[in-house]
Amino acid sequence: MKQAIELNVNGEPHATLVDSRETLLDTLRYKLGHMGPKEGCGNGNCGACTVVLNGAVVNSCLVFAVEAAGADVTTVEGVAAEGNLHPVQQAFIEHGALQCGFCTPGFIMSAKALLERNPNPSEPEIRLAISGNLCRCTGYDKIVRAIQAASQALSQTA
Amino acid sequence: MSNKEKEGLSVDVFEYAAPQNLQDAVVLLAEASSEARPLAGGTDLIAQMKENRRSPALVVDVKKIPELNVLSYEAGLHIGAAVSCTQIAEFEPVRTHYPALAEACALIGSYQIQNRAALGGNFCNAAPSADAVPPAVSYGARLVIAGPNGRREIPSEDFFVGPGQTVLEKGEVLVEIALPPPPPHSGAAYLRFIPREEMDIAVAGVGSFVQLSSDARTCEQARIVLAAVAPTPVRAQEAETFLAGKSLDDTTLAQAGELAAQAASPISDVRGSAAYRIELVKVLTRRTLGTALERARG
Repeated sequence: MKQAIELNVNGEPHATLVDSRETLLDTLRYKLGHMGPKEGCGNGNCGACTVVLNGAVVNSCLVFAVEAAGADVTTVEGVAAEGNLHPVQQAFIEHGALQCGFCTPGFIMSAKALLERNPNPSEPEIRLAISGNLCRCTGYDKIVRAIQAASQALSQTA
Repeated sequence: MSNKEKEGLSVDVFEYAAPQNLQDAVVLLAEASSEARPLAGGTDLIAQMKENRRSPALVVDVKKIPELNVLSYEAGLHIGAAVSCTQIAEFEPVRTHYPALAEACALIGSYQIQNRAALGGNFCNAAPSADAVPPAVSYGARLVIAGPNGRREIPSEDFFVGPGQTVLEKGEVLVEIALPPPPPHSGAAYLRFIPREEMDIAVAGVGSFVQLSSDARTCEQARIVLAAVAPTPVRAQEAETFLAGKSLDDTTLAQAGELAAQAASPISDVRGSAAYRIELVKVLTRRTLGTALERARG
């Protein structure tokens, strides 16, 4: 069953035809060309597909695209503003908070969402906020340091 | 035979509908010629469809139905079946008056999961390990169900039939989880055991509720609900009866834990042996009763 939907992705409106079985992740990647969100586990454990859907982080592999009709979606491609990396992205680079990079878009989305609701999180709060994102290169410590640095950077510019 | 097409999509073909009102949802579900499933947060259903553990021919998205999005605190707590765990955990009256429910909603999966997963889904998925169910049942929740023959309301503990199975008949939709106002001198707590910090399914879980006498010296009423130790969530009635009228101290709480274990009929599986789960029930019952008691004494 095909259905026409509209999606606002990173501030840009799109109209596309989706199969009811298609996940939001499938649509973002293969219809709209946003290859940032990744399919890791496909069942909500790894968080590599994390995007912001109507203001809340979700696993886009566990959302049917038809459910998202009319929604606002932000992917990692929409995080940098006017060519400037977001402080979370900058901190990941400076702290070497990635190895293979597959999980990174999901971590960036979770970290950014955390700092928006809690600008000065404790380390346990950071670890809780990224508990739905798996890094199989096991780089968690540098990821935590990067999020702490981004929190400081953001509080200095605020 | 699978009707999958070779498009890289792992889910069987289905029809999707997103009705704007309850009546339309009931009609769609009642008139479906083969399996139909309501969809709320999808964190269980979509994963099950991808693994071909469920293959509904019709999926009815209930998130656009106003009654299923209610979240209000007036004459008790009213939670529409499609309201997300995040919304519940952040709702001030829940944090103040039903802290055990707020804590359980914040335990389920990750933030990504909590932002989608609905309390109604936690009930309808009917996993014996559902974390939000024991606290809701212990607070005395009632479930409002709409169907082709009108509405009915049942005690939440009567909802479950077996793993993945509920009393919902064809065409019926869970509309609301309704919790009575917490009585004076009452408190509740939920704890689960998992071998890691986050993102796991309970090996065992216990939700306890106690209401004290007006002089706060004895237990007027207790409700103890066990998770992941039986085919459905179960009340530990012997332990509840034992506690009524008792003064609550370390000895009576430990005795209640021993009695609660008699209500458990766990299996041994990859998460833990039956014997280990029995021991967990004793410890979690004692600890949740202790926290519930502290909260009841304010």
